[in-house]
Amino acid sequence: MYVLVAGAGKVGWNLARELIAKGHEVTLVEHNRRRYLIVEQELEHAVQYGDATELWILERAGIQRADMVIAVTGDDEDNMLICQVAKEKYLVDRIIARVNNPRNLQHFKLLDILPAVSATDLILRLIEHEVPKYGLVHLLDLEEEQLEIIEMEVADDAPAAGRKVIDIDLPDGSLIISVLREGGGMVPKGDTVIEAGDEVLLVLDPGVEADITAQFSPNGQVQ
Amino acid sequence: MFVLIVGAGRVGSTIAKRALNDGHEVSVLDEDPLSHERLDVDLDGSWEDAGGQFTVGTALEMEALLEAGIERADVFIASTDGDNTNLVISQIAQKRFAVDRVVARVLDPARASWYAEQGLNTVCPTKTAIELLTAAVFGPDEEAAA
Repeated sequence: MYVLVAGAGKVGWNLARELIAKGHEVTLVEHNRRRYLIVEQELEHAVQYGDATELWILERAGIQRADMVIAVTGDDEDNMLICQVAKEKYLVDRIIARVNNPRNLQHFKLLDILPAVSATDLILRLIEHEVPKYGLVHLLDLEEEQLEIIEMEVADDAPAAGRKVIDIDLPDGSLIISVLREGGGMVPKGDTVIEAGDEVLLVLDPGVEADITAQFSPNGQVQ
Repeated sequence: MFVLIVGAGRVGSTIAKRALNDGHEVSVLDEDPLSHERLDVDLDGSWEDAGGQFTVGTALEMEALLEAGIERADVFIASTDGDNTNLVISQIAQKRFAVDRVVARVLDPARASWYAEQGLNTVCPTKTAIELLTAAVFGPDEEAAA
């Protein structure tokens, strides 16, 4: 695969090194002269000097034959522009943009620049996973498909504890897809009994979280 | 008309004052509070006294855009010193807020012409400078005469 990476900061440099190690062809573009000279000592011809928002620089770096363009500069407008041009002018199949300020994510979405990756968001998600709020963890959000997968621990005196799956009063648009118990996992059937302390995974339509929380939290209260 | 100008440098501030003088409602958004001084030059009182509006912030911040009145803007002019910023914020004005007339200043002729092909109204001062300088040196209508 031929990958063009814009921005040789910590992210871009390490990304380029890893991709090269995996056998991909990589061109890294960096517009800060000093930074370029440092990176060039290691990556040699795989790094080019120039402003990756200039069309001729992108063309010199071979954007026309790139399979993927990754924009990881420290400037969100630059990353948006590079990806927009890559996608719409040079018809590059796959783009990945870095979002420096998570508040700018909405602009990436507006311009259809996806996936857009924000380190802040990734860490926030990890925090949510480690310290779940309301005992509910978002494992996966499929925005386009309007589905999400969540994980919840069944509290001791939850309405669902000790009940068969079929008897749990779940809202429409939700389904228990697996039960994790004592280090193992299983796909439940209607007559599987949910126990306190189980971790249940559910797939659901967005918006029914509160009704689901009510079944698995203590005394059915919605926090 | 309600004119929203982002970037109060030499170009933005001059257009702002001219528009205000012509009787339009003018709101200026700039990240640098000091750029307000440029708006006061040549006015009897301050920019606000003359009826202008000034907001500190960038056009990527929704709150700043809303405070500057983008929702009722008829005209949006992107005249910051960054080409990419101007291209991104003018698309936000066009796609998210459906502003009628959006103009972006883009110094790089290549980016200006490609985005113009995509339906964005771009003005390229560099291209104008090249044409004027060429005409000044080689005479006007060189190509037409050839």
